[in-house]
Amino acid sequence: MLELRNVSKVVSGETHIDDVSLRLEPGSLNVLLGPTLAGKTSLMRLMAGLDRPTSGSVWMEGEDVTGIPVQKRSVAMVYQQFINYPAMSVYENIASPLRVAGLEKRVIEEKVRQAAGLLHLTPHLGRTPLELSGGQQQRTALARAMVKEARLVLLDEPLANLDYKLREELRAELPKIFAASGAIFVYATTEPSEALLLGGNTATLSQGRLTQFGPTIDVFRKPVDLVTARTFSDPPLNTVSVSKAGGHFSLDNTVQLPVPQGHESAPDGPYTLGFQPHHLSLAPREPNAVCVRASVSVTEITGSESFVHLDFAGHRWVMLEEGIHRLEVGETVDVFIDTRHMLVFDKANRRVTTGNSRAA
Amino acid sequence: MTKTWNNRAWFLVLPVLLLVAFNAIIPLMTVVNYSVQETFGNNLFFFEGTKWYEDVLTSERFHASLFRQFLFTGIILLIEVPLGVAIALTMPRSGPWVSVCLVLMALPLLIPWNVVGAMWNIMALPDIGLLGYGLNALGIPYNFTRQPISAWFTVVLMDVWHWTSLVVLLAYAGLRSIPEAYYQAAKIDGASRWSVFRYIQLPKMNRVLTIAILLRFMDSFMIYTEPFVLTGGGPGNATTFLSIDLVKAALGEFNLGIAAAMSIIYFLMTLLVSWIFYTLMTRGEDQ
Amino acid sequence: MARIDLNNIRHAYLPNPASDDDYALKRVHHTFDDGGAYALLGPSGCGKTTLLNIISGLLRPTEGEILFDGQNVTDLSTEARNIAQVFQFPVVYDTMTVYQNLAFPLRNRGVAADEIERRVRETLTMIDLADRADQKAKGLTADDKQKIALGRGLVRSDVSAILFDEPLTVIDPHMKWVLRSQLKELHRRFAFTMVYVTHDQTEALTFADQVVVMNEGEIVQIGTPEELFERPNHTFVGYFIGSPGMNVLPVRIDGQGAHIGDHSIALEGQIPEMRDARMELGVRPEYVRIGEKGIPAKIVRVEDTGRRKIVHATVEGETVAAIVPEGAALPGEPHISFDPAGVNIYADSWRVDPVSARQGGAA
Repeated sequence: MLELRNVSKVVSGETHIDDVSLRLEPGSLNVLLGPTLAGKTSLMRLMAGLDRPTSGSVWMEGEDVTGIPVQKRSVAMVYQQFINYPAMSVYENIASPLRVAGLEKRVIEEKVRQAAGLLHLTPHLGRTPLELSGGQQQRTALARAMVKEARLVLLDEPLANLDYKLREELRAELPKIFAASGAIFVYATTEPSEALLLGGNTATLSQGRLTQFGPTIDVFRKPVDLVTARTFSDPPLNTVSVSKAGGHFSLDNTVQLPVPQGHESAPDGPYTLGFQPHHLSLAPREPNAVCVRASVSVTEITGSESFVHLDFAGHRWVMLEEGIHRLEVGETVDVFIDTRHMLVFDKANRRVTTGNSRAA
Repeated sequence: MTKTWNNRAWFLVLPVLLLVAFNAIIPLMTVVNYSVQETFGNNLFFFEGTKWYEDVLTSERFHASLFRQFLFTGIILLIEVPLGVAIALTMPRSGPWVSVCLVLMALPLLIPWNVVGAMWNIMALPDIGLLGYGLNALGIPYNFTRQPISAWFTVVLMDVWHWTSLVVLLAYAGLRSIPEAYYQAAKIDGASRWSVFRYIQLPKMNRVLTIAILLRFMDSFMIYTEPFVLTGGGPGNATTFLSIDLVKAALGEFNLGIAAAMSIIYFLMTLLVSWIFYTLMTRGEDQ
Repeated sequence: MARIDLNNIRHAYLPNPASDDDYALKRVHHTFDDGGAYALLGPSGCGKTTLLNIISGLLRPTEGEILFDGQNVTDLSTEARNIAQVFQFPVVYDTMTVYQNLAFPLRNRGVAADEIERRVRETLTMIDLADRADQKAKGLTADDKQKIALGRGLVRSDVSAILFDEPLTVIDPHMKWVLRSQLKELHRRFAFTMVYVTHDQTEALTFADQVVVMNEGEIVQIGTPEELFERPNHTFVGYFIGSPGMNVLPVRIDGQGAHIGDHSIALEGQIPEMRDARMELGVRPEYVRIGEKGIPAKIVRVEDTGRRKIVHATVEGETVAAIVPEGAALPGEPHISFDPAGVNIYADSWRVDPVSARQGGAA
């Protein structure tokens, strides 16, 4: 188990990591999700032992490893850039950590062949990395990380420089490849959809702070606060500021939304409501759906779905609707909000939870 | 646990610290010691306070060599930096000629300083040297051992020949780091050759050029071997730069106190200018 | 803005191309209409960037010619073609302000000062940077820099086309949405001819009216996002567009219809029997239903992506992906069936047009 206890990192007066505590179980897949500069790479460097925390401590299997350099830990790392030894063959690249460990030739051969097989590199073992495509180069780096059999595997946006379709393939393979090893697996990404496809656990990061950690789907459906909800929403989360008076949320006294079940007891006052784009629709999906009027600013059609960009009382909203909807720009449309999945945030931007809420 | 790591790190640095102590700190302290005392040999010392410093700072000889030093450094910077950049711009960006150019450029840098001095001495000899004989044959009176102008011309030419390559290599490294898209975008924007240089190449070379200027400033400010071998500081004192003057005072005239005070002043000046450069450079990085 | 004709373009990076394999671009013959928004979509190495560079004039094609509004520009330089281009990594002139960046292409062309002022101000409003006109371009974020790069194209009233080379690569996911919708809005208002190169299907489909799908130096299909989704011409298009891509299963076609194993599959229209061809059935995960009826299946893995679930199942030894909506329950004994409207039949990877019963014959 890897544990970070109140870890902070300050570099020349600038806080890169702000008091992060985190426990990662062996054999688990953990996604670090956040935009560029949220602190994903900084946190990984602290986990690896490439950097030393300014305060706090790092524990590995019950042992304080703060300050122990990376060479002394059991860590493998894969980066966004395809990093291989350019002069060595793919075989030698994969074998390099095993040679360092001083393994027997026969054992090395066996492990390299096995890793190459899993990552579809067998036909390329004799080539040098530069003769390979980007996808194959990254597979080589992944194979090298795999044969090392490290207890901690850190992947820093490993698919960001690959084509969309290659990403899809490797993303599906990655968890399977590493699952058997029992290692702690940490994967950094800027893309919410990638986190959802990988599953496992997700830690959302914002400006160096850990905002939430838990099973990926739970973090997505039940974000603790507005920052987490925004970080974990692609297309962006739709929000609106309202004030609660009795049984209604109202916006400038013009639009009234009923307070969803379970939130009735919340005190009156200002709130922020959030809706995922796929919980807005052109036709009601449930009896309690609330209808608001918004004007269309742009429609994007993917062939099977439509992203309708809306202007709702000055708020930029996106609706994701199944099927092809060619809406005129400037047209005013009725938009139905699925209130079952409404997210309610209080003044401090914490999500208001209810005992039996099914918020998503 | 954490302490072990720290201690070992210091342990690893220790040999270098000792080396620096022997190499720099102890000699420097000796010089400081000399600069405030008078000695007549036999390890007899009399404390003189700031007398040597006052002597040096008010001495016309020191002012003259300081002026020559700044003039020399100024001239070679004005020639070597633009020339180096110009050469770097004409070098091919890719292809087989790149390595040929790089090797040719690196050649002068590999020659020891005293050899450079000796080489140019022979070259410039008015009776048999290629340069000296050639110039005289063209009807230009040239004799670097007699005419101060000729001596200066030779010293500057020698330095330019020896060190422009350094600027070229640094500028070239800066140019190579510019992505192709910048040139393509400039073409599309209809930029002239000059605009490309002014708005793309120069800003991207900014940092390496600062380093080039810093290196060339420090090196040329401390120049000794080449002019010493070539002209010995002459004719008269025409090419007596600070370091040559210093050695003359110390070893030629055995004015240890004066020489020591000069050294300290010299050292502080180099340090000050380098520090100014350093702060300018790091401030550029912050932006 | 202009219409762009590509007449029998071929390009090889080798000096003496012999076989087809030596060509990075095998043969492209296509017209980009004036004011259209096009995307060139394909995996890396498919020739899409080569084609873009041929349009911009950074590359001269080995064979064929390029016409802008009927005028042959094959031998004209990039400057003379009047195109604008936005690159993968934002190109801005660091030492200049935002305003000066936009004014730069106009100053280079000797436009009068008051005209520059007017056009730059106008463009700044278009790209939403009016309040940052006097800021140095260097300190801006990647998305703002990319807007400046676009602005340097928009500011010129004479551009024939605006070309984009994977412009959103370095932009954070949230900003991609904003930039994309702004781009779409600009296109709607000003009708520039735009060609957008990308490997990202979402970007291509949402941006373009017409998407040109390329693979191995050839155009595989040109169509609207809807056509590419509903009727992929080639199994590659089915695979490359859609996430996950289309399921492709071996199928038997005979007089009675289509069969997978012992199960017959309902089709719209009739497929002629083709004896020597390799027959395949293509169906997108969106058209695969999981229920009580159909072909028995075994569910292997379920990915919950939040708004929907991707179910991976095995059917007659083949893996099939299906998409089910958020909150839908899976039956205990799962069977799969295909929505006939979403089924396409392929012979040797190319789509076979069904013969509709009423037309009876001619395809």
